[in-house]
Amino acid sequence: MNSLIPLLIAAPLAGAALLLLGGRALDRFGHWIATALAALSCAFGLVLFFDMLGRDTEHRAVTTRLFSWIPVNGFQADVSFQLDQLSIVFVLLITGVGTLIHLYSVGYMAHDERRRRFFAYLNLFLAAMLILVLADNYLLLYVGWEGVGLASYLLIGFWQHKPSAATAAKKAFIVNRVGDLGLSIAIMLMFAEFGSFAFHPVFSAAGDATEGKLTAIGLMLLLAACGKSAQVPLQSWLGDAMEGPTPVSALIHAATMVTAGVYLITRSSAIFDLAPDAQTAVVVVGAVTLLFGAIVGCAKDDIKKALAGSTMSQIGYMIMAAGLGPVGYAFAIMHLVTHGFFKAGLFLGAGSVMHGMNDEVNMRHYGGLRKYMPWTFWTFMAGYAAIIGFPFLSGFFSKDKIIEAALAKGGTEGWILGGCALLGAAVTAFYMTRVVLLTFFGEKRWQPDAEGNEPHPHESPKTMVIPMVVLTFGSLFAGGLFSLGDSFLNFLEPVTGFEEGHSPLNALTVSAIATVCMAAGVGLAWLMYGRSPVPVKPPVGSLLTRAARRDLLQDDFNHAVLVRPGSALAATLVWFDSKGLDGFVNGLAAAIGGLSGRLRRIQTGYVRTYALSMFGGTLVLVASTLLMRSV
Amino acid sequence: MIATHALAAAGGNSPSIPAPHIEYGQLSPMLVVFGAALVGILAEAFLPRRLRAATQLGISLAGLVGGFVAVVVLAAQGHASTRAGLLAMGSVAIDGPALFLQGVILLTAVLAVLTYAEGRLEPRINGHRIDAFAAQAAAVPGGEQEREATREGLRTTEIYPLTLFAVGGMLLFPASNDLLTMFVALEVLSLPLYLMCAIARRRRLLSQEAAVKYFLLGAFASAFFLFGTALLYGYAGSLRLGEIADVVSGVAPVTPALAVTTQNDALLLIGLAMVSVGLLFKVGAVPFHSWTPDVYQGAPTPVTGFMAAATKTAAFGALLRLFYVAFPGIRWDWRPVMWGVAILTMVVGSILAVTQQDVKRLLAYSSIAHAGFILTGLIATDRRGVAAVLFYLLAYSFVTLGAFAVVTLVRDSKGEATHLSSWAGLGRRSPLLAAVFALFLLAFAGIPLTSGFTGKFAVFQAAAGGGAAPLVIVGVLSSAIAAFFYIRVIVLMFFSDPQPSGPAVAVPSALTATTIAFGVLVTLGLGLLPQYFLDLATKASIFIR
Repeated sequence: MNSLIPLLIAAPLAGAALLLLGGRALDRFGHWIATALAALSCAFGLVLFFDMLGRDTEHRAVTTRLFSWIPVNGFQADVSFQLDQLSIVFVLLITGVGTLIHLYSVGYMAHDERRRRFFAYLNLFLAAMLILVLADNYLLLYVGWEGVGLASYLLIGFWQHKPSAATAAKKAFIVNRVGDLGLSIAIMLMFAEFGSFAFHPVFSAAGDATEGKLTAIGLMLLLAACGKSAQVPLQSWLGDAMEGPTPVSALIHAATMVTAGVYLITRSSAIFDLAPDAQTAVVVVGAVTLLFGAIVGCAKDDIKKALAGSTMSQIGYMIMAAGLGPVGYAFAIMHLVTHGFFKAGLFLGAGSVMHGMNDEVNMRHYGGLRKYMPWTFWTFMAGYAAIIGFPFLSGFFSKDKIIEAALAKGGTEGWILGGCALLGAAVTAFYMTRVVLLTFFGEKRWQPDAEGNEPHPHESPKTMVIPMVVLTFGSLFAGGLFSLGDSFLNFLEPVTGFEEGHSPLNALTVSAIATVCMAAGVGLAWLMYGRSPVPVKPPVGSLLTRAARRDLLQDDFNHAVLVRPGSALAATLVWFDSKGLDGFVNGLAAAIGGLSGRLRRIQTGYVRTYALSMFGGTLVLVASTLLMRSV
Repeated sequence: MIATHALAAAGGNSPSIPAPHIEYGQLSPMLVVFGAALVGILAEAFLPRRLRAATQLGISLAGLVGGFVAVVVLAAQGHASTRAGLLAMGSVAIDGPALFLQGVILLTAVLAVLTYAEGRLEPRINGHRIDAFAAQAAAVPGGEQEREATREGLRTTEIYPLTLFAVGGMLLFPASNDLLTMFVALEVLSLPLYLMCAIARRRRLLSQEAAVKYFLLGAFASAFFLFGTALLYGYAGSLRLGEIADVVSGVAPVTPALAVTTQNDALLLIGLAMVSVGLLFKVGAVPFHSWTPDVYQGAPTPVTGFMAAATKTAAFGALLRLFYVAFPGIRWDWRPVMWGVAILTMVVGSILAVTQQDVKRLLAYSSIAHAGFILTGLIATDRRGVAAVLFYLLAYSFVTLGAFAVVTLVRDSKGEATHLSSWAGLGRRSPLLAAVFALFLLAFAGIPLTSGFTGKFAVFQAAAGGGAAPLVIVGVLSSAIAAFFYIRVIVLMFFSDPQPSGPAVAVPSALTATTIAFGVLVTLGLGLLPQYFLDLATKASIFIR
C-alpha cells in the first residue's frame, strides 16, 4: 500500500511532463489527461486515507523510502515520504480541490490557445505541493517548496503578453525568494545543530538544543511561512497574483501555496513548542495579517482582489492558531480545510461571474447578477455564508474554535488576540457582504468593455458549474462534520498534539459574541451598499479607505525601504565593479597582452636566434644545477 | 689523474664477444613496427605508383595495430607489472610506463595515419586524388619539375614508412634503459620527423624552412644530449640508468676508477643538465621551445598533429625514466631547476599564445604550456606523479590529434585557412565542427567533464602532494591565462559574424572523421568516466631498474 505514496506524486508529475513534452498532438485532449491524472492522484489519496483509517492510531503514520538522493559521508538526504494524519489531510485537500479546479479550468480555459501548457503547469503545481506535504525531511520539503514557487510563477504569469501579469509573476517569485531564504537558513541551522534535516531525528533531538537556537530556527521557518502564505511583511505579492487566470487564484488560495506556510509551522510544532519567543512572533504575524487582509478586502473594487485580501486575512487566522501551540494546531488545520472549500468556491464563483461579464473584474460594474447566473449565485452564497461564520456552516465551527483558542491564551494577550479575531470576524462579514451586494444585488451597472461590447451575462458551462456545486457541500457541511464528536481533532491529535484551552468565556458565549459581530458587519455593509444605489465611480473615501485601496501602502513601503536603497546599492556596486574590478581585470589582461606582444619579438624566425636562446638556456640550466649543489 | 673505466661490459680475458641474448617476444611491438616500415620501403621500391597509397596505408595500419596488439598481449601477460624486466642485455626496459606509453603512441599513430590518407580535402587534379603532402618532395618549390609532378597527380607515399620509423623510435625512446639506446631512439624518431615536416603540398617554402630549422636545432639539442651522456659516463662508468643510479646513491661497489670520478660531482651535474636539455628540447620546454611554433606551423597539418601528440608522449616517457630511474638520488639537485623550467614553460607558453593570430601557432604555444603542466607532475617524484603524467599524456594526445584534424578541414582556395580571423563565425556555418573544436579547446583549457580537466587535476594533485604547492599555484594562474585564448577562439567561432569570403569547411572522408570522432570520444570518456584509466595509469606507474 505504501507504494501508492510515490504514485500519488508521480501521477500529476507525469502529466506535467507529458503535456510539456508531448507537443501539439496533445492540444486537443491534453487537458482531459491532466484532469484524469489529478483525479487519479485524488483516488490514490482516498485509498490511502481509508487504509489509514483501518489501522489503529499508533500505526497510522507510515514512511516509505524511494531512493538515496545525496549519499555523502555525514550528509544523508533521501527521497523518502512520510504519510501521517497531517499529510493525508493536505493530500486530500490538494488533490480533491485540485481536481475540481482542473475540471473547472476545462471550461474556463476552453478558448485559450495555450491551454495544454496551462494544464501542464496545474499538474506541476499539484505534484510540487504533494512533494511538499509528503516529504519526510526538510530538504525534500524544500524541493516541493521551490516547485510550488516555480509553478506559481508560471501560472501567475500565464498571460505573459500582459506586462502586468509578467510583473506580478516576477513579484510573487521574488517576494517568495525572501521566504525561501528563511527556509534554507533554517535547514542549514538544523543541520548544523542536529546533523540531520529529517523530521524524526530533528524533532526527537529538539529538546537537547538551546532555546536560542530553536528560536532562530523557528523565526527562519516563520519567515519562510510568511513568504508562501502571504503574511505580513511578505504579503505584497498576493494581490498582484490575481493577474493569473482565475482557476489559478482558486488553486493558490484554497488548496496549495498559501497553505504551505501553515503546514510548515504545524509540521515543525516540535520546534515551536520549545521556542516560546518564536511562537509569539507567529501569533503576532497572524493577528496583524488577519486585520491587514480584512481591511484591504473592504476597500477593493476588484472582486478578485477583495477575495485575495480575504485569503490573507483567513490565513492570518490559521497562522495565529498555529502560533498558539497545541491548543491551536488542529484548529488551524481544520480552518485550513474548510477555508479550502469555501474559498475555492468563492473564487470559482468569481471566475464564473467574470466569464459571463467579458472578464470584467470591477464590482462597481456588476450588479443584479443573481437573476442571470442562478447557479453561480447560489453556490457563491453558500461560500459567503460559510466564510462569514453563519451559524452551523463550515466557517462557523472552525473560526469559533480559533477565537476560543486565542482567548484561552489568557491574560491581556488572550483578550487582545481574541479581540483581534472577533474584530476580524466582523470585518470579514462586512467585506464579504459588500462583495455579494455589489455583485448580485442592486441595479445593473454594466459597462461595455474596451472594444465596446455590451456584457451579456449568462450561466457558465457545466464543467464550471459542477465543481462549484461540489464545493458548496464542503462549504456547508465540512465544519459540522469535523466537529461532530471532535472527529477531526481526534484524528490529528497524534501528530499535532492537543491541549484543552481554558477560555475565560465558555464556548456558547464565544459563539454568540462571534455571531453578533458577524451580524454587525453584515448590517453595516447593508446600510452602506444595500440600501442605496452604488455609484459606478468610487467615491474619494476616507484616508483609511484610500490607504486600503493601495493595499495599506505596502508597495510604497517596500519601495521606499527596500527598492530604493537596493537600487542605490546595486548602482554603487556596478560602479565599483566597472571602475574598480573591471579596471583591475582589464588592466591585468592588457598587461599580459602587452607582455605577450613583447615576448613575441624574441620569436624572430631566425635559427641563429633560436640556437642562441637554447645555448643560453643550457648555460643557465647547467649553472643553476651546479648552484643548487653549492647552496 | 686520468681515470679510465673498462669499456667492455663483459670484461675478463676472453677475446671473444658473447652473442647478446635478445627477448624477441617482449620487443615485438617495436619489431613489428620496424618490420612494417621495411616492408613499406620495399613496397615503395617495387609497387606501381597507383597502388602505393592504398598499400602503404594498409601496411602502416597493419604494423601499428599489430604493434598495439603486441603491447596489449604483453601487458596482459604481466610484463607491465610482475614480469617487467630489462631486455636486450639490459639496454631496454619493458615495464608499466613503457608499455602504457607505447600503447598511447601506437593508438595516436593509427589515428594520425588515417588523417594522412585523407584524399577528399584537396580538389582533384586531372582526376587524381591528392593529399596534404607534396607531389614530389625533392623537387624545387615552384619549379617545372614540381608542376609536372603535380599535374600527374603524384603523392609522396614515403610519408608512411617514414612515420613507421619515427614510431619505432618513439616506442624505444621511453623504454630505453641506457643513455646510448636512448640517444639512438632519439635519432631514429627525429630524423624521419625532420623529413616529414618538409613535405607539405601547400606553402612548400614555409614547410622546408620549418624542416631545416627543426633539423638544425634538433641536431644542436642532440649534441647536448650526447655530450651529457659522455660526462655521465665519465662520472659513473656506465651508461645503464640503473647503474648510474647505484653510483649516484653510493651503493655501487667502489672501483679505483669510480673512487676518482665520483669525487667530482660537476661531471654528474653538468652531464645531467645537458642530457636534460636534449629531452626538454623534444618536449618543447622553455627555453628550448623556440622551434615549436615555426615547425608546427610549417609542417603538413596531419604531421603536426602526429608530432605534437606522439613525440611529446615519447619524450616525456624518456624524461620520466631518466629522472626516476637514474637520478632519484639527487632529486634535491634537479628538482629546483626543473621547478624553474616548469614555471617558465607554463607562463611563457600561456602568455605568448595570447597574441597569436594563426591557429596552428596558437596550438603550438598551447602545447608548450601543456609541457609545463606535465612537468609539474614529473616534479612530484613519486608514483602518483608518474601515474598523473601517464594519464595526462593519454588525454592530451587525443585532444591534440583531434584538434589538428579539425584544422585540416577549414579551408579556402589557398588550402587550410589557419588565420584566426577566417575562423570567425564558423559556428554559424558549421555548428557541428565548431562544437567539436570548441570541445577540444575546452579540454585544452581543462574545463570539467573533459579529459583535460582530469589530467590537469591529476598532475596538480600529484605536484601538491609532492610538496610543490607554489608550482600548482603558478599552474592554475597559467591555466587562467590559457583559458583566455582558448575561449577567445570559441567566442570568435560562435559570437562573431562570418566573413563574406570566409573559408569553407570541407567534408572529410571516413578517415579523418574517424580520427576526430575518436578524439571526441576519448576526450569526453576520460572526462566523464576517468576512473578506469586513472587506475590503469596508477598500475602502470612503476619503473623497473
